[in-house]
Amino acid sequence: MTDIAIVDYGMGNLRSVSKALEHVAPHASIVVTGDPEVVRKADRVVVPGQGAMPDCLRELDARGLREVVRDAAINKPFLGICIGLQMLFESSEEGNVKGLGIVSGKVLRFPSTAMVSAEGQKLKVPHMGWNQVHRAIDHPLWKDIPNDARFYFVHSYYVETASPESAAAYSFYPFAFTCAVAKNNIFAVQFHPEKSHEAGLTLLRNFVQWEPASRLDNQPRT
Amino acid sequence: MGLAKRIIPCLDVTNGRVVKGVNFIELRDAGDPVEISRRYDEQGADELTFLDITASSDNRDLILHIIEEVASQVFIPLTVGGGVRQVEDVRRLLNAGADKVSINTSAVQNPQLVADATGRYGSQCIVVAIDAKRVSGTDDFPQWEVFTHGGRKATGLDVVEWAKRMQLLGAGEILLTSMDKDGTRNGFDLALTRAVSDAVDVPVIASGGVGNLHHLADGILQGHADAVLAASIFHYGEYSIRQAKAYMAQHGIEVRL
Repeated sequence: MTDIAIVDYGMGNLRSVSKALEHVAPHASIVVTGDPEVVRKADRVVVPGQGAMPDCLRELDARGLREVVRDAAINKPFLGICIGLQMLFESSEEGNVKGLGIVSGKVLRFPSTAMVSAEGQKLKVPHMGWNQVHRAIDHPLWKDIPNDARFYFVHSYYVETASPESAAAYSFYPFAFTCAVAKNNIFAVQFHPEKSHEAGLTLLRNFVQWEPASRLDNQPRT
Repeated sequence: MGLAKRIIPCLDVTNGRVVKGVNFIELRDAGDPVEISRRYDEQGADELTFLDITASSDNRDLILHIIEEVASQVFIPLTVGGGVRQVEDVRRLLNAGADKVSINTSAVQNPQLVADATGRYGSQCIVVAIDAKRVSGTDDFPQWEVFTHGGRKATGLDVVEWAKRMQLLGAGEILLTSMDKDGTRNGFDLALTRAVSDAVDVPVIASGGVGNLHHLADGILQGHADAVLAASIFHYGEYSIRQAKAYMAQHGIEVRL
């Protein structure tokens, strides 16, 4: 039995995610897997992802993982990281692709015209480095993490949610954008908790212990 | 408040040890890479950069073991460079636990490598390192040339144009080292840093020449760098990362404290 499955669909480096989870949950069975059956049987699922969203979705399909990732997102503790957040949305400007459509809203590129700081300095894209995460709601995954703690980001696209109540936190670059989403059994973040030192490790530890109060598919847990 | 400017200690590694050269001549032993990484992590380093300067190919795998060990103990971004020649080298470093791989000489010899590596693994994990040397121009219009092979070989390429081309090929970040300033402890080449940082949209890390904390602040405020990299001022305990950040914060720079 697998406690935590980290979904491997060939996009990017999953080593950091598994190392960080092993660090916070040394007794859990944690696997990096591209096998749909293993993902299906896992208690908890983590979907990381780097690179371009169209490539990520294509690889997800090529490996027969789309359905099982969708199922996990509606019926078990689910943590999306970076592209793992973006793919939950309806569509992305990146390659004009459709996402999984589990969270309403879309994925947009940081518009070059807006990338100027309050001091008039050019802001670089990708948004890379440590930014503050301002909490929008209380959530078990924020436990023991100070509000406005800094997390490590690296991305050129951001999510714009059509249901503001799903936003769990936002950051400024230079405008406010949603950097974490919470919906029933789903928690998904734009930043990289596996690379965000104490704050990131705390969030991962909270995820490992999280028992969501409700599931998106509204079925009782078996 | 928003994105913090980053301080990145750089560890030159050879034969499993961190060393620091003085003007590329004498290598001084600065300690065990895993131990030093942990110390910088505790002090609040924003990322760590490892440069594998191992000359012989026999000991190339040593860096993989070091990165594996660091990655299981230190949870901040790790960049590794040195001797990256093909996509397979990128893969091996990422699998060992690196988050970003920096490409220098091979980017010049084979620019397609940058496109292939970013196509395969994403722009976010490919850093192009540029060694720059001032070649001509008046003080009003200075010019810099790209050098490779640890600064031994001139390429005829203009640094600003090269940085723009690397961004087009997908580089997610530029690590810019001034060869004129490296090892001098006289501060960054601010004109160089500003010229490149203003010309590209991706983040630029300033490197080469840091001798005191004010140099770090200058790199951000005058050089327009997004991150500053330094080695010797941290290795021998002259300054801690924490002191460097406190100093930058006093000068109005947003940092992660």
